[in-house]
Amino acid sequence: MSGYFRDIYTGGKSLLIGLGVTFKAIIKPVVTVQYPREKIDVTPNIRGHIELVRFDENDSRHNCLVCGMCAKNCPCGCLTVEGEKREGVKGKVLTVFDYDFTKCSLCGICVESCSRTALTFSSEYELAGFSRQEFHFDLIKRLEGK
Amino acid sequence: MSTMTKFETTDKHRFLLNMGPQHPATHGVLRVILEMDGEYAMGIDPVLGYGHRMQEKMAESRTWPGFYPNTGRMDYVGAMPFNHGYVALIERMAGIEVPERAEYIRVITSEMNRIASHLLGIGAYVLDLGAFTPILYAFDDREDILDALEDITGSRLTYCYYRVGGVLKDIDDTFIKRTRAFIENFRKRIPMYNDLVTGNVIFIKRTEGVGIITADMARRYGATGPTLRGSGIAYDIRKSEPYSVYSHFDFDIPTGKNGDSLDRYYVRICELEQSLRIIEQALDKLPDGPVLAKPKRAKLQEGDCSFSVETARGVLTYYLVGDGSEVPYKLKIRVPSYSNLSLLEEMCTGMLIADLVSAMGSLDLVIPEIDR
Amino acid sequence: MQQIIDLIQTYSLLRMLIAFLVLIGIVFLNAIVMGYLERKIAARIQRRWGPMEIGVQGWLQMILDGVKMLAKQLIVPRDADRFLFRLAPLLCFTPVVMIFAALPFSKALYGINLHIGLIYIIAMASINVFAILIAGWSSNNKYSMFGAMRSVAQNIAYEIPILLSLLSVVLTTASFDLQKIVEAQSGWLWFAVYPNLFVAFVIYLIAGCAETNRAPFDLPEAESELTAGFHTEYSGFGFGLFAVAEYGNLFIMASIASIMFLGGWNGPFGLASGPLMGAFWFLSKVFVLMLVMIWVRWTYPRVRFDQLMNLAWKYLIPFSLVNLLITAFLVKMI
Ligand code: SF4
Ligand code: SF4
Repeated sequence: MSGYFRDIYTGGKSLLIGLGVTFKAIIKPVVTVQYPREKIDVTPNIRGHIELVRFDENDSRHNCLVCGMCAKNCPCGCLTVEGEKREGVKGKVLTVFDYDFTKCSLCGICVESCSRTALTFSSEYELAGFSRQEFHFDLIKRLEGK
Repeated sequence: MSTMTKFETTDKHRFLLNMGPQHPATHGVLRVILEMDGEYAMGIDPVLGYGHRMQEKMAESRTWPGFYPNTGRMDYVGAMPFNHGYVALIERMAGIEVPERAEYIRVITSEMNRIASHLLGIGAYVLDLGAFTPILYAFDDREDILDALEDITGSRLTYCYYRVGGVLKDIDDTFIKRTRAFIENFRKRIPMYNDLVTGNVIFIKRTEGVGIITADMARRYGATGPTLRGSGIAYDIRKSEPYSVYSHFDFDIPTGKNGDSLDRYYVRICELEQSLRIIEQALDKLPDGPVLAKPKRAKLQEGDCSFSVETARGVLTYYLVGDGSEVPYKLKIRVPSYSNLSLLEEMCTGMLIADLVSAMGSLDLVIPEIDR
Repeated sequence: MQQIIDLIQTYSLLRMLIAFLVLIGIVFLNAIVMGYLERKIAARIQRRWGPMEIGVQGWLQMILDGVKMLAKQLIVPRDADRFLFRLAPLLCFTPVVMIFAALPFSKALYGINLHIGLIYIIAMASINVFAILIAGWSSNNKYSMFGAMRSVAQNIAYEIPILLSLLSVVLTTASFDLQKIVEAQSGWLWFAVYPNLFVAFVIYLIAGCAETNRAPFDLPEAESELTAGFHTEYSGFGFGLFAVAEYGNLFIMASIASIMFLGGWNGPFGLASGPLMGAFWFLSKVFVLMLVMIWVRWTYPRVRFDQLMNLAWKYLIPFSLVNLLITAFLVKMI
């Protein structure tokens, strides 16, 4: 019989403690943000989609010498790199650098395998589109467009 | 339907209930066919394969670095140890030395990931029992971890941060400061979980004595992780065959007594504190030096090799057979949740459906890991 | 204007019609306000904002949700019993409106005053079980059926402690008339201040929680076990009516508690309780009780079915029986 009342006492007490915890939470400030209007600071280190690195600040050339290592090493096969020989230019000139973001696993192998550090991760994270084709990036165009 | 299951409902009272693959309590795409007698589940038949992605076959068809990103996708809740096991396997096979600082960083990040995974597991478990609030508190804390990890690894869920021979990027002072702040903050939060959940009489009534796994049963099915430790067996790869630098740290293996859902839950709560201890010690002892030994491009030798790590859910073993080329001849992945799930039938036969949900939640299953 | 009032006063049928339309409006208004409050408070407990997009602090959200529900297709499952399937939401909703008619919002503000108001309300409230059973049965879904079965067992078990605890008040006032019960508590002597009736009040609150299928006793719709329980198959406004009726039942439960134990439309400290002020006091008591129910809901896990029954038969019913005996004894003595 005493166990019966002790159960009621301990049970009731634990329930009141629980209510206390949630009550404290009501008073505390909210931790979420209203996303499209408010934004939290995102670290610049995030690994977004990959991108060609600019030669320097205001020069939209790039470093790539079309060795094809990145495309070869990519586990998902989402890079297409093509180049052609041109008169008067040493080595090849990059003509196609296609990147299929829908397949990319953001592993970073391409960035590491590039001996010229011609690739980098973008820190862009707000990407949305209505069709898959919108995520087939032409990285050369993106580089020039910026 | 009858071709799909082993049950034949001859008894008029019994009927089949299809739980999943889209059921709130099965966390993802597990399907369980239940043979019900009223609200009692008299027969249980888990049906797997809704999230099957042929991970093992994929490993055989690409070079070993190419398979690496896949490892984190198996258990997306605790991806770090999955990555860790794979890179350590290749290191063992190719005989690559890893700088000590890198090993420390691996331990720190793995343990942080373990905390994040346990928080999600606990939150989802309490959600299964019908309380909505704790999971959002758990997410609040998990957010701190993910933010810290995002800062150094660049990702929030599937990290791909470890590399054969070390880690991708060194940690900096901000990360260390952040982690220490998190430890301090989180230590204060654990009592809150105990007040809100662990001590709650309804929670105890729902979990105590429900889904008992005896030590013998756990051994028979090869259960590992908190599921095994909840049954009182203090087995943890981090202690029994320490990999990486786990032997440098002082931590305990929490165990349960009865092997019921409450014990499994409580083992997870205790492991939070142990992980915090490991992280603290690792931060204190953190040596200087390089973080990535630039290896020669390793060809896999002929022969076989295996490596086991302790993930948040139990023992993960990679077993690799190489044939001298860069492509693995065979990669076998032994995932913890698969063995843990196999306990379900013996554990839950004859249970109320509410208890079944409680017992199944306490196994903390991640279905894509089971299906691979 | 005068003519219209005359007209209304002459034809009692017209009066009833208007009263019912107003009451239906009140029931819907209550659902909107409560739905909004519930979402906001749940969000604050979980340290979120809750609805914020539509209107200032998202206050229009529930109205738009209602509009959305109206616009949705009513899907009847192929093997469902069409007639019963459609009937169930109405059967769930109608008693709520009928009970609202008998609630004394203040001394002058009420639909009808019955001498047996309490019995009428309790009788009407138990139709709710019937509606849930029909909904679960006619859906032809195993999960719905589970929900319905649980609901019936639960409501039958919990009606006993509710009746027993309310009976102690009836013993004290010797009346089933809600107005008389409220008048008996005028001044500061609300029934909840007497120790024996306070126990009855607590028992009533717990049992009422179970009776209205609110968490931690929301077994008929236990989301993680039965997906959505008895209304799994309902879409559009069928589902909407269930939701409105749920909030309506919550209101009824809270208002019975405040009428029987917290002095109904009596103001605290003997403050003025005219027709409008009385309604204000009444509503504020009801809303405080409902907010407590929301707070409880977002704190606790769900109990298991046999534990729910244990709570009723092992704790609530013995306690309320003993309490009733003590009350009867006290009433005789004093
Ligand atoms: S990040 Fe990985 S998957 Fe993506 S393009 Fe680079 S190598 Fe391929
Ligand atoms: S590895 Fe670097 S240099 Fe070579 S093709 Fe790719 S981006 Fe260009």
